[in-house]
Amino acid sequence: MAVKDYIRERFFPHMWCPGCGHGIVLNSLLRGVEQLGMSKNEIVMVSGIGCSSRISGYVDFHSLHTLHGRALAFATGVKMSKPELNVIVPMGDGDALAIGGNHFIHAARRNIAMTAIVMNNRIYGMTGGQYSPLSGYGTAATTAPYANIDHDFDVVQLAKAAGASFVARTTTFHARQMTDILKSAIVHDGFSVVEILTQCPTYFGRKNKMGGAAEMMEWFRDNTTPIGSKAKQENPDLIERGIFVQEEKQEYCAEYENVIKRATGGRS
Amino acid sequence: MNDNIKFVQGNEACVEAALYAGLEFYAGYPITPSTEIAEHMAVRLPKLGRRFIQMEDEISSICAIVGASLTGHKAMTATSGPGFSLMQEGLGYAIMAEIPCVIVNVMRGGPSTGLPTSPSQSDVYQARWGVHGDHAIIALTASNHQDVFEMTVHAFNMAETYRTPVILLLDEVIGHMRERLEIPGPEAIPVVDRLRTSVRAGIDYHPYLPREDGRLPMSDFGSEHRYNVTGLAHDMWGFPSSNPGVVHGLLRHLTDKIKNNVGNITRHKEYYLEDARTVLISYGSSARSALHVVEHQRARGERLGLLELQSLWPFPYGLVEEKCAYARNIIVVEMNMGQITRAVKRAVKDPERVVLANRIDGVFITPTDIKNILRLIQGKGV
Ligand SMILES: Cc1ncc(C[n+]2csc(CCOP(=O)(O)OP(=O)(O)O)c2C)c(N)n1
Ligand code: SF4
Ligand SMILES: [Mg+2]
Repeated sequence: MAVKDYIRERFFPHMWCPGCGHGIVLNSLLRGVEQLGMSKNEIVMVSGIGCSSRISGYVDFHSLHTLHGRALAFATGVKMSKPELNVIVPMGDGDALAIGGNHFIHAARRNIAMTAIVMNNRIYGMTGGQYSPLSGYGTAATTAPYANIDHDFDVVQLAKAAGASFVARTTTFHARQMTDILKSAIVHDGFSVVEILTQCPTYFGRKNKMGGAAEMMEWFRDNTTPIGSKAKQENPDLIERGIFVQEEKQEYCAEYENVIKRATGGRS
Repeated sequence: MNDNIKFVQGNEACVEAALYAGLEFYAGYPITPSTEIAEHMAVRLPKLGRRFIQMEDEISSICAIVGASLTGHKAMTATSGPGFSLMQEGLGYAIMAEIPCVIVNVMRGGPSTGLPTSPSQSDVYQARWGVHGDHAIIALTASNHQDVFEMTVHAFNMAETYRTPVILLLDEVIGHMRERLEIPGPEAIPVVDRLRTSVRAGIDYHPYLPREDGRLPMSDFGSEHRYNVTGLAHDMWGFPSSNPGVVHGLLRHLTDKIKNNVGNITRHKEYYLEDARTVLISYGSSARSALHVVEHQRARGERLGLLELQSLWPFPYGLVEEKCAYARNIIVVEMNMGQITRAVKRAVKDPERVVLANRIDGVFITPTDIKNILRLIQGKGV
């Protein structure tokens, strides 16, 4: 199947600004799904609210566009009630880690099989450029006119500590790596977290004088490096890319089958 | 002894009824006085090969049941005051996206943490208007365990029939009290199953296009029809739309499907109403004290009657008006500052006939409390 067969053409053109990184994520994700040869009927995409979350309307999967921050909670109900479904949960940085932070750590802790994609543009795009928990100290936003004093989360460390069994990071500059990582995340049997650094030229870029989309993507190229690279040893400020955690750990729905066995005395 | 006869708490009666109605998925977060519902679910569901999950809060609980309902499974959650407040956003989502599910609120005293272990009926209006935006809602209640059973099944039936969340308002007395319950035999109470679309694969399925009878057949996530579900205003495909005609039609549909079916949704009971000059109106545990008063005064020759409401929203205005037409006095008995009293006053002619007999101090309203009001009305003094 071609990538365009995974898209709901009826609902285009999309609502994203020119140069927005969210479209690159959509493209790389669909390539991954296509390469895995997955059927559209087995995929449920659950998203929250934000520019990033609009991705679920454009794909020809079962799609559930929910509430700001709550995508993982809805997804938990979908997955647990029908474990054979493949659940993909794209989220914005504010969506996943501000309002949805509690659901994020608890879904990771349960290790319930789904792919959480954090589309990290370090800003609240949809509401017009307020700071998010991933904006970082010293950045500018409409609600941080005198520079942000909030420190950011490290999504990778947070996901690891919370118990996610697959944790990775990439950027929109590295579209091919993004596809490879997303493929591994989707087939992983457990809670997978993929942080994707993506650009919001309209707000984060403009507010922080980062230039347009092309310059912002070059920033991703120049400021990231593969995990454990020599460059990282020389320049600790570089952000690492790649798969940080990929471990086998009992998955939640599979574990619940054991609960059923114990409750029924093995009769089920 | 007959296995179908039990001596249980109201919360357990609710669990048994939900299973009878075909519940397959429960998500919840513990809170007094609803916790026994979660505990019994945790025991009972896996024994039947069905699923239970304790979520991280009430917000996620209601979201999870919506997700489970979309895969084709009957789903519910249970909570009390503070948790019910947290569920309002998800409840609004279920209304907007038309996802059948059941939310039980075993009411306790509020506001805030209030009185965790004391009875109250003060969430009646939150059930009606807790969700932002214009909408309609179905809220049911019960005054004894047999009725808890029936109304729980009714809640699931209404949820499936009208593709909507349904609220079951119990209270601390009903939830915790132990009483006899006879589990009805299979099929003794009709159970409404999920209405699934007959549209075949490859043919355009419209998840939000009502049939001629107003019902909207569903398609389970994971089956052949792929469609979009959103809390945004949407068209018949479920795709976001801000077209004024589409938005208007959607809002009208969401309210009309309930407003136009008040007769099918409403349940009530009546005692001695035929010749009653004083009509008591009550619901939930308060109705037990009200019935006691009615029977006691009847024995003394006074013409009292009781209208017990088993459904609160949509409010049965026509029914209340009719039953109160010849009453000299109407006494609404409830454990709040007059939430249903307000609706009753709107329903009847000459609303100055309506008085409130209530308690709001966390103490169960007794027949004596009601009799005191009755004496006041009768000019006998207390
Ligand atoms: C409960 C609630 N609070 C606030 C909002 C408003 N809101 C919509 S999207 C959003 C933030 C979006 O930022 P992010 O999650 O980073 O996604 P992006 O738009 O940047 O892709 C906010 C605050 C909302 N929809 N719901
Ligand atoms: S506001 Fe930012 S995140 Fe939203 S579509 Fe525009 S560029 Fe993308
Ligand atoms: Mg963002």
